[in-house]
Amino acid sequence: MHSDGRAPLGLTLGAIAGLLFLHLPILLIFLYAFTTEDRSYQFPPPGLTTKWFAVAWNREDIWPPLYLSLRVAAISSALALVLGTLCAAAMARAKFFGRDTVSLLVVLPIALPGIITGMSLRSAFAIGEIPFSTWTIVLGHATFCIVIVYNNAVARFRRLGASMLEASADLGANSFQTFRHVILPNLGSALLAGGMLAFALSFDEVIVTTFTAGQQSTLPIWMLNELVRPRQRPVTNVVAIVVFAATFLPILAAYYLTRGGEETAGGGK
Amino acid sequence: MTGAAHPARGLADLLTGVFWRRPKLLTALLLLPPLLWLGVVYVGSLIALLVQSFYSIDQFTGLVVPEFTLKTYGELLIPSNFDVILRTVAMAAAVTIASVVVAFPVAFYAARHARGRWKAIFYLGIMLPLWSSYLVKVYAWKLILAKEGIVTWAAEGIGAGNLLNAVLAIPVIGGNSLSTSYIGTFLVFLYVWLPYMILPMQASLERVPTSMLEASADLGAGSWRTFRSVILPLALPGVIAGSIFTFSLTLGDYIIPQIVGSSRFFIGQAVYSLQGTAGNIPLAAAFAVVPIAIMLVYLAVARKLGAFDAL
Repeated sequence: MHSDGRAPLGLTLGAIAGLLFLHLPILLIFLYAFTTEDRSYQFPPPGLTTKWFAVAWNREDIWPPLYLSLRVAAISSALALVLGTLCAAAMARAKFFGRDTVSLLVVLPIALPGIITGMSLRSAFAIGEIPFSTWTIVLGHATFCIVIVYNNAVARFRRLGASMLEASADLGANSFQTFRHVILPNLGSALLAGGMLAFALSFDEVIVTTFTAGQQSTLPIWMLNELVRPRQRPVTNVVAIVVFAATFLPILAAYYLTRGGEETAGGGK
Repeated sequence: MTGAAHPARGLADLLTGVFWRRPKLLTALLLLPPLLWLGVVYVGSLIALLVQSFYSIDQFTGLVVPEFTLKTYGELLIPSNFDVILRTVAMAAAVTIASVVVAFPVAFYAARHARGRWKAIFYLGIMLPLWSSYLVKVYAWKLILAKEGIVTWAAEGIGAGNLLNAVLAIPVIGGNSLSTSYIGTFLVFLYVWLPYMILPMQASLERVPTSMLEASADLGAGSWRTFRSVILPLALPGVIAGSIFTFSLTLGDYIIPQIVGSSRFFIGQAVYSLQGTAGNIPLAAAFAVVPIAIMLVYLAVARKLGAFDAL
């Protein structure tokens, strides 16, 4: 029996208040997407309308940033999947010299504030005279996405253990067959979860991106510009809902994919 | 039917033999691509950052002079620049302390009272805000804190409009409206980083043995005494681990004070504007080194206090 008995009323209220504090603000994003007022954030909204969804759909300045964000997120999470899985495989195999350094190196891009990663890359581009492109954005994103895949994969490798791999070898499989028929099926859902989280993280990232994008605009950068110089405010809310869904759904899916294990996805952000 | 245990004696089998005899070779091969990436892209960039911070800018031409100098770091000590650093550190400290207070009941309830379905609800309830879009969260607060927004509306609705105005009239932390004051910046920081405090706190609270709480009660301690003398010391590593996140993230953020806050700069804003319109990459780099230096000191202290066991 783990239960400590009934929680004191004050604690329960504090916990509920804390959770409400975390969730209620997001609801306003949805409400303001339907307001008829587009020049201020007047509350309560003077009237409700659904026209902003159509307006957003027809705004031509939204689509290129959306495509760029999707492209960057897809490439970055693919790169992170390969690099993170390789790293997790090596770390799961053996204790070796410098192991702690490697794990620190993997975590560092996300442990240090984004502005440091961003400014570092910016400095490197300035020294190397590298022009901004989709690939300069990808360089940053893939770097901080590696840890997300790594965290998911390394926990699954730990659970997989060595005995299965030995059994596979005893049955005559070579390393590549073992990888294809034993490791990959066992790793599958963890990699899917890690890949989706990496995608969500990249799709939403703005701080590092502002340093590596130059004149290009990803969807979060488009949103940031709208926040600083608002035009049709409810249109920004419509886009915010899209961005919110693009990050909310992957984490929910990742949670259900890895539920039950000790390595439930998302703990490592 | 081949019936053979070894279908092919090809390259794959050959390599398997090599890997078997030299397990370190496979480990090295696996590590090579990620280490190459992180080493070149990330560590390389960090070195570039350090190098840039020791360069300086020519006052007349505005071009970067690629020669070693400490002049740029010296510029950080100019009062207007040093104020930026002090302001950021003060905000990071305030946000960290407040997030400990707000996170505690949530973490404690989730760790020790929530069971079954509620455990899952708490887990998702903390995880979803952590992962949901950063910019959307900041935007939500822009809506909340706007002068014509919901806070003003609610304050006037319950007849507390004067109270709100009185709070905004406080010098330094007040302002024209909540969304242009330090109070607003503080609230958004607290909101956005709160899950980073709850999670490690919850992890360390889950490890406090129930028997110790029972022993404390048996020895006659009230709940406050148990909290202060048993729970808090045992939860401290989690608190410190969480504070590393809240402190470091506040030090490096530049979006939140830009969207919600007064026009006075934080470190992140200084870095961003210096590298952009001002074109002074050396000073921007020197500013970016400041959070690294502060965090290194902070981490050294945290390690002493045993915070890393809770990560």
